[in-house]
Amino acid sequence: MMKAPFHVYSVLLLALAVSLTSCSQQNATTVLEGNAAELTYVAPGEYDEFYAFMSGGYSGQITAYGLPSGRLLKEIPVFSVYPENGYGFSEESKPMFNTSYGFVPWDDSHHIELSQTDGEFDGRWLFVNGNNTPRIARVDLTTFETVEILEIPDVAGLHCAPFITENSEYLVSGTRFSVPIPQADVPITSFKENFKGLINYVAVDQESGEMSLAFQIEMPGFNYDLARNGKGKSHGWSFLTTYNSEQAHTLLEVNASQKDKDLLAIIDWKKAEEYFKAGRGTERTTSYYHNQLDESSGIAASTEMTTTTILDPAELPDMVYFIPVPKSPHGCDIDPTGEYIVGNGKLSADMSIYSFDKLMATIEAKDFDGDINGIPILNYESGLHGILKKPGLGPLHTEFDGKGNAYTTFFISSEVVKWDVEKLEILDRQSTFYSPGHLTIPGGETKKPFGKYLVAMNKITKDRYLPTGPELAHSAQLFDITGDKMKLILDFPTKGEPHYAQAIPASMIQPNSKKFYAIEENTHPYASLGEGQAKVTREGNQVHVYMTAIRSHLAPDNIEGIQMGDEVYFHLTNLEQDWDVPHGFAVQGANNAELLVMPGQTKTLKWEPFRPGVFAFYCTDFCSALHQEMSGYVRVSPKGSDVELVWGLNDENKSAQTSR
Amino acid sequence: MGLGLLLLLGVFLFPIWQITLEAAQFPGGLRLNIWINRFSGDEGGGDIIKNINILNHYIGMQYIEPDSIPELQYFPYVIWAMFGLGVVSMVIDRRWAYFTWSGIMIVLCLLGVYDFYLWLYDYGHNLDPMAPIKIEGMVYMPPLFGEKDLLNFYVKSYPRLGTILVAVSMVLSFVAGWFGKNKLV
Repeated sequence: MMKAPFHVYSVLLLALAVSLTSCSQQNATTVLEGNAAELTYVAPGEYDEFYAFMSGGYSGQITAYGLPSGRLLKEIPVFSVYPENGYGFSEESKPMFNTSYGFVPWDDSHHIELSQTDGEFDGRWLFVNGNNTPRIARVDLTTFETVEILEIPDVAGLHCAPFITENSEYLVSGTRFSVPIPQADVPITSFKENFKGLINYVAVDQESGEMSLAFQIEMPGFNYDLARNGKGKSHGWSFLTTYNSEQAHTLLEVNASQKDKDLLAIIDWKKAEEYFKAGRGTERTTSYYHNQLDESSGIAASTEMTTTTILDPAELPDMVYFIPVPKSPHGCDIDPTGEYIVGNGKLSADMSIYSFDKLMATIEAKDFDGDINGIPILNYESGLHGILKKPGLGPLHTEFDGKGNAYTTFFISSEVVKWDVEKLEILDRQSTFYSPGHLTIPGGETKKPFGKYLVAMNKITKDRYLPTGPELAHSAQLFDITGDKMKLILDFPTKGEPHYAQAIPASMIQPNSKKFYAIEENTHPYASLGEGQAKVTREGNQVHVYMTAIRSHLAPDNIEGIQMGDEVYFHLTNLEQDWDVPHGFAVQGANNAELLVMPGQTKTLKWEPFRPGVFAFYCTDFCSALHQEMSGYVRVSPKGSDVELVWGLNDENKSAQTSR
Repeated sequence: MGLGLLLLLGVFLFPIWQITLEAAQFPGGLRLNIWINRFSGDEGGGDIIKNINILNHYIGMQYIEPDSIPELQYFPYVIWAMFGLGVVSMVIDRRWAYFTWSGIMIVLCLLGVYDFYLWLYDYGHNLDPMAPIKIEGMVYMPPLFGEKDLLNFYVKSYPRLGTILVAVSMVLSFVAGWFGKNKLV
C-alpha cells in the first residue's frame, strides 16, 4: 500500500494542508489488519506495560494514559484550576498560581520531560512548561501531584521548554516570542532594535528536584521553538531551533517565512555554567514567583524572586553558535548515541541532519560564515551529516527506537516516516489520521529507547470517532514498531490538546506510587488529627471549622452561630489510613469548588454565607455504604445575632466554654 | 532443650495467629496479625486495627483497642517465666523436669486458645443496638480455626509461625526428656 510518489514540491503545498487529509482517509479502515486487538488488549485486572504522560495543551494539565490500551488513568492538574478536586480553589493550593501578574488560573501546557539519570529515565519527576504566562511545573511521580511551579521572567510564550539534560542538571527553556528586555513601553515596529530572546537554564536539585533559575542567555530577537540537549558524547551542549530570523512583528505567516534558512542555536552550557559561576554575568532586577508545595502540610507557599543573571554571548566567547537550518524549523531531536541532530525545516522539502563530531570540528576550525551580534555562524555544509531527501511534507518531530531508526511526523502529508539515521534511507511510511504534531516512543529521546510502540498525536480529528458537535477530542494513534513496517493498532481520544508526551515502563513508577498520606506526618496547622480535636473557633469575623472525615460521618456535623459577613474556613482532615478512601466536601452556595481530600491530608475551603438559613454540606466522594448519610448542617444567622457558636456530632453541643 | 527454649522466644519475633478478611474491595485481603504482645497489619497497608474498626462499627462490633486487652500486657511475662522454668528444668536435667515443663506449656496453650475464643465470642456477639446495619440472628464471631463467611467478608483464621515455634519447642522438650538421661529422680 505505497502512497503515490511525491511531486510538485513548493511552498504552495502549504495551501494543500487542509485538503490533503482526504487522500489518506480512504485507507483508514483497511490499514488495520491481523491481531491489532490482541496487541492492545489489556485484560480486566491486568496492567498496561507503559505509562504515557501527555501534556494537555490548552487544558493546562497533564494526563496519564496506559499503553498499549490507551486507557486514561488520571488527569493531573498543573497550570489550570481544577474544581474536580479543589486544586486552585482550596486555600492550600491557591499560591501555586501566583505569578508576577497575580493569580493566573490557566495556562497552555506543552512539553513533558521526565527526569533522567545518565541519559535514561529515572521515574522521579516530570516537568512541563506553561506557554502563556511562562512557567515550569514539577510533578512528583510518587503522588502524581504538582509540587512546584517556577515562573520564568522576561520571556513570552515559553514554548522552547523544559528540555532536560542527561542528568537532570538543567531544564533548557527558551522564549518563543522575543520581547523588550526589560519590558518597556516601545513601538512594536521597533522590534529589531528593542526585542530580545532569553534562553533560560533552570537548575534542578538532584536530591529534592527543586527548581531554580540559574542564568539567562540573551539572544537575538528570534522565535526559539524547540530544543534538545546532547547526550553521551554531546552531553554539555544544547541545540535549539529558531524561526522568524526575519524578525517580523506582524503577519508572521508570510513575513517570517521569507528566508531560505533559519538557524539552529548551539549552546555550550558547560561553558555558560563556567561563566555564570565565575561571576561573568550581569545581575538584573526583575520579578518572578517560585511556588512550592510543602508535602507534609500540603500547603503551597510563594516566594517572589527579584534578580536574575544574564549572560551576553557578545561578551562571552565560545558559548553560543548558530548554524543554518532550512526554512522555519520546528523540532530538533538528537539520536540515542548523541551524534546525530535532526533539524527539520517544516517548510522545507528535505531534512537536515547534523553530525555532532562535524559540528565540533567546524567550531574547532573556526569554519564560520559570518556572525549575528557576535555569535559565529557555522558553515552549513561543514556541520552536516547529510540530507534526508523528500521524506514527506511538513516535518515536525522525530523520536528514535534505539536500533538506528528515526521516526518523524509530517503534518502536511499526515504520516509517520521511519528512516535510517546513519544511511539516511527511508524505510517505511504510514498515514496518520490526521496531521500529527508530536510523536512519542517510550524512552524515544533518551540514550536507551524502549521502542515497541509509537504514539502519534494528531491535530485534526474530523470523522475518527462518533461526532460530538463542532468541538472534537484530539486523537492519538498507537503504532506497533517492533517489525520492519509500522503497524497502526489503536486510536484513542485524548484530553485538551496533547503536544508532547513521554512514555516510561510502568515498572519504574508503579512500585513507588503512594497509597495514602501518613496522618502522623501531617503538619497542617489546622489539621485535626483525631475526631476529639474537631472544633470551631472564631477570630473576629473569621470562623475556623476543624472538621474530620471518617467513614461515614463528618465531625462536627452540626454548626450554629455563624453570622452573615463571616468568612468560614472548613479545614477538613481525612482521618482514614487505608488505600483509596478519599472524602470530599461541598457546602451549598460555595462560590469556589469542592474539596477532595486524600487519607491523611487536610484541605481548606473558604465559604462566605450568602443569606441566613440552614445550609447542608456533605461528602462528595462515594466513600462507603453510608456515604449518603455523611452530611451535616451549618446554621447562618443575621449579623449581630445572639445565637451562640456551638458545634458537635450526635448532639454534643460543644461551645467555646465546654471545649476548654 | 536449649534449642527448644530459643524457639520459644520466637513468639517475640513472629505473629502467633492471623485473621484474614477477604472481600472484593480489599485486594489481597485485610490481614490482622496477632502477636504475643501486639497487633499488626501488612507493611504499608495502614493502621489495620483502625481499618477493621471502621468496618466493624457499621454492624455494631466493639472497637478493638489493644491497650484495653490485658493479655497483650501479661502474656510476654508468661513466656519469660516459662523460659526461666525451662532453664531450671535444664539445670535439673531429669525426665520429670522436662515433662513437667511440657505439661505446664500444654495447659497454658489450651488456656490461651480458650481465652482467644472468649475474646472472639465477645466481639462477635456483643453488638451495639444502635448499629446502622442490623441483621436478625446474625453474629460476627470469626472462626477460631478455619474459614467462614461473615456478610461480605470471607474470614480465615489460622496459626502463624509463632505458634508453630511454641509447638516445636514443646516437642523438643518432650524429646529431651525421652532421650535424655533416663533418671526419674
